[in-house]
Amino acid sequence: MRTRVPVPLLVPAILGLLFLILPLVGLLARTPWATLFERLTEPGVVAALRLSLLTSTVATVFCLALGVPLAWLLARVEFPGRRLVRALITVPLVLPPVVGGIALLLALGRRGLVGQWLDQTFGISLPFTTAGVVVAESFVALPFLVIAVEGALRGADSRYEEAAATLGSNRWTTFTHVTLPLVAPGIAAGAVLCWARALGEFGATITFAGNYPGITQTMPLAVYQTMESGDLEGAVVLSLILLIVSVAILAGLRDRWLTAP
Amino acid sequence: MSLLDARLVAERGAFRLDIGLRIEPGETVALLGPNGAGKTTALRALAGLTPLSGGHLTLGGEDLRGTPTERRPIGVVFQDYLLFPHLSARDNVAFGPRRHGLDRRAAHAVADRWLDRVGLAEHGRRKPRQLSGGQAQRVALARALAVDPVLLLLDEPLAALDARTRLETRGELRRHLAEHPGATLIVTHDPLDALVLADRLVIVEHGRVVQEGDAATITARPRTDYVARLVGLNLYRGRGGGHTVELSDGFVLTSTDIVHGDAFVAFPPAAVALHPHQPDGSPRNTWPAVLADVQQHGDSLRVRLDGPISVAADITPAAAAQMGLTPGQELWVAVKAAETRAYPASG
Repeated sequence: MRTRVPVPLLVPAILGLLFLILPLVGLLARTPWATLFERLTEPGVVAALRLSLLTSTVATVFCLALGVPLAWLLARVEFPGRRLVRALITVPLVLPPVVGGIALLLALGRRGLVGQWLDQTFGISLPFTTAGVVVAESFVALPFLVIAVEGALRGADSRYEEAAATLGSNRWTTFTHVTLPLVAPGIAAGAVLCWARALGEFGATITFAGNYPGITQTMPLAVYQTMESGDLEGAVVLSLILLIVSVAILAGLRDRWLTAP
Repeated sequence: MSLLDARLVAERGAFRLDIGLRIEPGETVALLGPNGAGKTTALRALAGLTPLSGGHLTLGGEDLRGTPTERRPIGVVFQDYLLFPHLSARDNVAFGPRRHGLDRRAAHAVADRWLDRVGLAEHGRRKPRQLSGGQAQRVALARALAVDPVLLLLDEPLAALDARTRLETRGELRRHLAEHPGATLIVTHDPLDALVLADRLVIVEHGRVVQEGDAATITARPRTDYVARLVGLNLYRGRGGGHTVELSDGFVLTSTDIVHGDAFVAFPPAAVALHPHQPDGSPRNTWPAVLADVQQHGDSLRVRLDGPISVAADITPAAAAQMGLTPGQELWVAVKAAETRAYPASG
């Protein structure tokens, strides 16, 4: 049976769709196709792209290593203050990234709470380094991963874990042999979200890691700087690259992971 | 001393489970009861998946109360099997042996042997979703038995199967359970499963054991309405005074059995005759009743009647046609004293 869509719903729906698509069309319309290839191979562009792909991938691995256990803890273990912990995790999600960057400086900066100790004990200083970019991206992207994976864990039938226990499996083996395979699609979806968020990170990165070409200047920062210097065409080219990379990753993974139950 | 000796006490909100359970080596016991009676809670408590709040639990002389699930010598066949969907049938069965310290090859050898025993030798490579319901049930059984459990627990083992598969699987399951040297507990709400698969029945209602014994005793002498309905008998409780039992509302039933004190009276629906008018003569129970409803029951019709006591009667379609049988119709009920059984309610 065909559903008749009421006009008061249809019109805003179409306007919403246009609102989302129009800017992308604008971007494509202003792309300098003739000089595109030259522009793409400029050393600054290649460096920024490489740095972006590297840092967002490392950040995603870092988030997986910490976020999956954290999500498991939230989904499977009852402990006092669990609701508070869950609320705390969502703070970076709603926090303006610039504020996140300042908070990171105060915690991990050379004079910061932990940063001072890191600097004096190990001689490690995170701000304004490539590692700092990874830290800033991870801080902003981790909540996405934790929330996605926790949702997947809650959706997965925990009775499989009970079945594993009756077969002699301890909790760690159950986690690696039963839980992880069961929620793999959810983890993959979370990782994609996390990676995309890290790739697009701007505010926390520029505040905590600065904007040094080749070291901390990721693609979004490069777009911003190119734009600021009056080179609109260059900014468009950089934006187009980000758009293509994002869409390609999303399309590549969609059929395999994102639509899985 | 029994292989399993337990008194399971567990609380879940307002619900309290408190049942005693003993199982001998090689014995199969069915825990039978209506939904919500606490059967599954009992099974989970035995497996260590639900904590006990009291009682005791020893298996083969070993106290299991402080032992976590993964170190209890038990095997569980879950109601919907819970075969790991990402593993093949063979890897599902090998999962337990692997966790018990066998290397991959040895575990696979054990799995192959068990799959062969349940007749699925050539299905080892299949994933659970490629198995039929009956096959999945057998893989689940093989998986539970592959760790050589001292106590095998089965939660509604046949409930997920269609009627035809159920019949075949029930027979096979019976054979495998007979070969199991340890103790076996089946949790079920299906009396047929219990009667076919178990040596002894333990009937649970509201978290308590209301009756236990072999099938013959329970079917002959039910002690609660639930058990009476299970085995298809009319059951009443009252005070015996020789050949009569007086029910709480003063209604008196006559039996050829002799009973004194707190007593049950039971008779099958087939022993109940219906008459359009008051019948006469002979030592029997008669009373006026009102027809409540009529349902097909095998080859006959099962008629429910209200009156001084409610009763179920089985009559032939021919007799039904003769009397009309419309709800609200007034009829006379007659039950021969020789067809009732009266027995003490205590002991």
